[in-house]
Amino acid sequence: MTERAEQGGPETASPSRSGARQASPGRVRLKRAGLLLLRTFGSLAVTFLGLLIITFLIGRVLPIDPVLAAVGDRAPADVYDRVYHEMGLHLPLYQQFFDYVVKIFQGDFGTSVLTSRPVLDDIVRVFPATLELATIATILGVLLGVPMGVLAAVHRGRWPDHCVRVLGLFGYSLPVFWLGLVGLLLFYMKLDWVGGPGRLDAAMEDFFEPVTGLILVDALLQGDMEVFWNAVSHITLPAALLAYFSLAYIARMTRSFMLEQLAQEYVLTARVKGVSEARVIWRHALGNVMVPLITVIALSYAHLLEGSVLTETVFAWPGLGSYITSSLLNADMNAVLGGTIIVGGVFIGINLLSDLLYRLFDPRARR
Amino acid sequence: MRNYLAGAALGTVLAMTPYGLALADTPKDTLVMAFAIDDIISLDPGEAFEISTGEYTGNTYDRLVAFDIKDVSKLRGTLAESWTVSDDALTYTFKMRKGVKFVSGNPVTAEDAAFSLQRAVILNKSPAFILTQFGLTPDNVKDKVKAVDAETLVFQVDKPYAPSFVLNCLTATVASVVDKVEVLKHEKNGDLGNEWLKTNYAGSGAYALRQWKPGESLSLVANENYWGEKPKLKRVLIRQVKESASQQLLLEKGDVDIARNLEADQLKTAKGNANLHLVSAPKGTVWYVGLNQKNQYLQKPEVRKALKYLVDYDGIANVIMAGRATKHQTFLPNGFLGASNETPYSLDVAKAKDLLKQAGLENGFKATIDTRNVTMTTQIAQSLQSTFAQAGVQLEIIPGDGKQVLTKYRARNHDITMFQWGADYQDPHTNAETFASNPDNSDEGKVKTLAWRNAWDIPDLTKTTAANLMERDAAKRAAVYQDLQKTILENSPFIIMFQETEVAVARKNVKNLVLGPSFDTNLYAGVSKD
Amino acid sequence: MNKPMTGTATAPQGLRGWLRTDTPQSRFQARMGRLWFGWLTFRRNRLAMLGLSIVLLLCAVALFAPLLAPYNPVQGVLNDRLQAGSAAHWFGTDNMGRDILSRLIYGARYTLMVVVLVAITAAPIGLLVGTVAGYFGGWVDTALMRVTDIFLAFPKLILALAFVAALGPGLENAVLAIALTSWPPYARLARAETLTVRKADYIAAARLQGLSHARLIVGHIMPMCTSSLIVRVTLDMAGIILTAAGLGFLGLGAQPPLPEWGAMISEGRQFLLNQWWVATVPGLAIFVVSLGFNLLGDGLRDVLDPRAGGNG
Repeated sequence: MTERAEQGGPETASPSRSGARQASPGRVRLKRAGLLLLRTFGSLAVTFLGLLIITFLIGRVLPIDPVLAAVGDRAPADVYDRVYHEMGLHLPLYQQFFDYVVKIFQGDFGTSVLTSRPVLDDIVRVFPATLELATIATILGVLLGVPMGVLAAVHRGRWPDHCVRVLGLFGYSLPVFWLGLVGLLLFYMKLDWVGGPGRLDAAMEDFFEPVTGLILVDALLQGDMEVFWNAVSHITLPAALLAYFSLAYIARMTRSFMLEQLAQEYVLTARVKGVSEARVIWRHALGNVMVPLITVIALSYAHLLEGSVLTETVFAWPGLGSYITSSLLNADMNAVLGGTIIVGGVFIGINLLSDLLYRLFDPRARR
Repeated sequence: MRNYLAGAALGTVLAMTPYGLALADTPKDTLVMAFAIDDIISLDPGEAFEISTGEYTGNTYDRLVAFDIKDVSKLRGTLAESWTVSDDALTYTFKMRKGVKFVSGNPVTAEDAAFSLQRAVILNKSPAFILTQFGLTPDNVKDKVKAVDAETLVFQVDKPYAPSFVLNCLTATVASVVDKVEVLKHEKNGDLGNEWLKTNYAGSGAYALRQWKPGESLSLVANENYWGEKPKLKRVLIRQVKESASQQLLLEKGDVDIARNLEADQLKTAKGNANLHLVSAPKGTVWYVGLNQKNQYLQKPEVRKALKYLVDYDGIANVIMAGRATKHQTFLPNGFLGASNETPYSLDVAKAKDLLKQAGLENGFKATIDTRNVTMTTQIAQSLQSTFAQAGVQLEIIPGDGKQVLTKYRARNHDITMFQWGADYQDPHTNAETFASNPDNSDEGKVKTLAWRNAWDIPDLTKTTAANLMERDAAKRAAVYQDLQKTILENSPFIIMFQETEVAVARKNVKNLVLGPSFDTNLYAGVSKD
Repeated sequence: MNKPMTGTATAPQGLRGWLRTDTPQSRFQARMGRLWFGWLTFRRNRLAMLGLSIVLLLCAVALFAPLLAPYNPVQGVLNDRLQAGSAAHWFGTDNMGRDILSRLIYGARYTLMVVVLVAITAAPIGLLVGTVAGYFGGWVDTALMRVTDIFLAFPKLILALAFVAALGPGLENAVLAIALTSWPPYARLARAETLTVRKADYIAAARLQGLSHARLIVGHIMPMCTSSLIVRVTLDMAGIILTAAGLGFLGLGAQPPLPEWGAMISEGRQFLLNQWWVATVPGLAIFVVSLGFNLLGDGLRDVLDPRAGGNG
């Protein structure tokens, strides 16, 4: 909720893990996976429909006149009435909803009132900004968070543990918008280490022709190092902030998984056999927690992909979060619904993936 | 500052990104601006009707006529070289300027001008009323607006309106001339190219559209074919930045040349900065408080008047708005034909109490005020709250998002509301019509003028306002507007408080930045950089 | 780790002895005894104690705000606007000339109010949904969990924004919106706990005695879920504070002139460059209080729910 990963464990990770299952090699496993998929897709459809209904209802109870966003305050009555009909607002609610869902299945997300463009085009345009930020933040978060978590577990109760713990708690306690403002003031304004708000310097942005929309990737593809470094300087601060929040979560979870592993007998056995301590920790123990860890990382990634409204606001970052927010405040319901479907889809998809991974490969889940 | 805590945490992350980047100034041939442009919905001049789009259209399209930004009562021909008005004031004939080309290379002809006006009427989007009020309809417009030959355009109106009124309306952005050939190339399902023009460009102005990325930026490039004085800078880049704090940072660092939406206190800071300078211009926008006449207290004339004595006009203008507005109490902004400068009201609690007593409300009453939840409006509402309270009027502030407050206002569900009204075109009728006319005060009333929104039933004023449109003698016309302003000042449920001043802050090296009296006359063509 | 208290050689007397006895005379005594040992464990955790002190301090400040605040938090002196810290105004003044310290002190009330209101609305909703789903299983479970999933799949801040936009900006509505968006994880947690006890013998026994479903859920299942729920809610409190502040920052939470900390940052950000304290001080306040709740939650987890965090 605060633009960082939920503190939950993997228990928030989606569909239920109840139900009996037996150990089952080969074909049985495949068959089971198939059934599982079928069932999951069934419940997925229900979830999506629920998402749509709720978003739709919210849109209709908003005390904002959607026609107003389209025609403005000064439009004469006949213009207003025409647009009102064009938007289908004279139809009963269920019919509006039905029409909308039918269109979705035809791949038509409608047109955004605010940008006069198809919602899908808009999302294709804004999503890469969020994707780029979330990906870099997650990479940073994993690169730092996992080793920190391991160190904390190994040195449990001693200073590295305490440091990691305090650092993590700070991450859970800082308001991101405030840290962003202070960060801009310090690192951009005073120290000049990073670029300012936006994805590129304003003057550079105009010449840059996006291909994938991921500026870092595009710049490398086009071999334009000036743009690349400029983009790096702009993304550093917001990505570092988000990375900090996901780092706190990843480190905490890594530590707790590692503690569990280090208490296992095989660790003792390995040590007795004379396997080096580093190998025991980084290969054996860490290797065994990889699956649940991936679930955790995926969850935190999914949360970042929702687009962090606050970070995007502070850094003038044209991502999904600010797109949905501004659409919402203008009752631009096609855009809000489209955005919610994408976000919900990404979230459910990532959860599903990590869940399947978990069920199929984690020995404990099969037990 | 205690942010070394955060600094330490970030430092660990930053240490991993090995680079040091000296940030360069903006390019010499480009004007870079930080501006909240998220109100842009469509770039089609026949449809666009927002503040930012006004500025865009003003810079990229030409109209037949334009007013002088130093004296708005003076009109000059732009795409039209000259014009005549028939004796019965029903027919206007324009002679087109020769040798003018669109950015596409096509010549600008009377045919294009006729098409553009017809198109706006047929599309019938939000701003179309500026043209349709002359009796033009989608059915008759092709007869009423015609190109006689490549250089002559005939424009017929249904009643003998004051010519100044008609011509002033033709300076509005909805009357912009678009490239007929280019637009029709992109027509789809008989939409007259609307879908295409929403995000594209076909004009003849000083600048041409390069690209619009909604929510990100709008960039313009100098039009090589421009008929007038060529723009000094090759490009203009407008960066969408919503946060005023971010705009300030970008400006102070020199990453942008101009910041357009700084708050009052930031302007003060900017004034003290030797690298910056402020450019300001009074705009045709007034700030007012509307009192809903459906409310049992507010409908009493004494109460309406009492509340006008309960506003700290000077305090708000000087401290809260600080340079962003001047005290102004009549409905016509300075610079408009017939505008009156009278400011009879000031904070006078004793007088207000007296008036309330006459209304039988010596103990005051309770009311709510709806305001948009942006910094300045909220602060003004708080000031009203405290001064109203001095006479026993308890004001509850209900803040809301802009569109939300407007929705409620248009449904007449408010007690008191505070809003701005910006002139739709450079003629006094735009404001007279909204403040002093209300053809149908029923809840079903189709014409939602401000008088209607506050349920103020004024049949006589409505007639006067309509009749004055036909007054062809400018002096007489002005005199009637002065009377109207007096009446509104006395009796209306409008507490008109301020006229807005637009302030832009620019880096020292930006020269000749001039803001016009309307949003579509904030022109970039003359701006240069050292 | 606890030293086992066997109560043999030196059986202490008085209240302490009553608490420490290993042969409690009543259920009440047993519970109190367990709490006492919990407290002893908790007390050894210095960080948790720090967290507890911060939270208690917050409560005290909120309670005694009128006594502590040197100035009126909403009425300022315009001539004294934007002053830096001084003897008269420790943390300076804001753009309306109001004393920032006084606003911080009164702001504690709103922070506390948000936290308490969300906790007492979201946690019971989650508890009810989770236990009912877990207890009955079958289609009830499926239906309730689908609803939970739907809410989980929503981007939370956006859902909260939508609710606030629908209800109108304001602190009460912000609280409601946060509550509406934060119950699903509690429901999942409660369901998981319920599943572990549902098949237990004592539940079956109670059922045989003819206890109704409702009484079983309320009387026997819900209590089993509370300790982990309390831990979870405490850990979430920081998140709740940050979300409320975030809504305030976006202009949709508490409205001026209320001295809510998030709204104070929002108002202060335009002075960031020259009067940094206006936005920085409330930011630090949010940080300290959130940290307090996090430390407290961490400590509570070690005591009440040692499995969850894997902390020793």
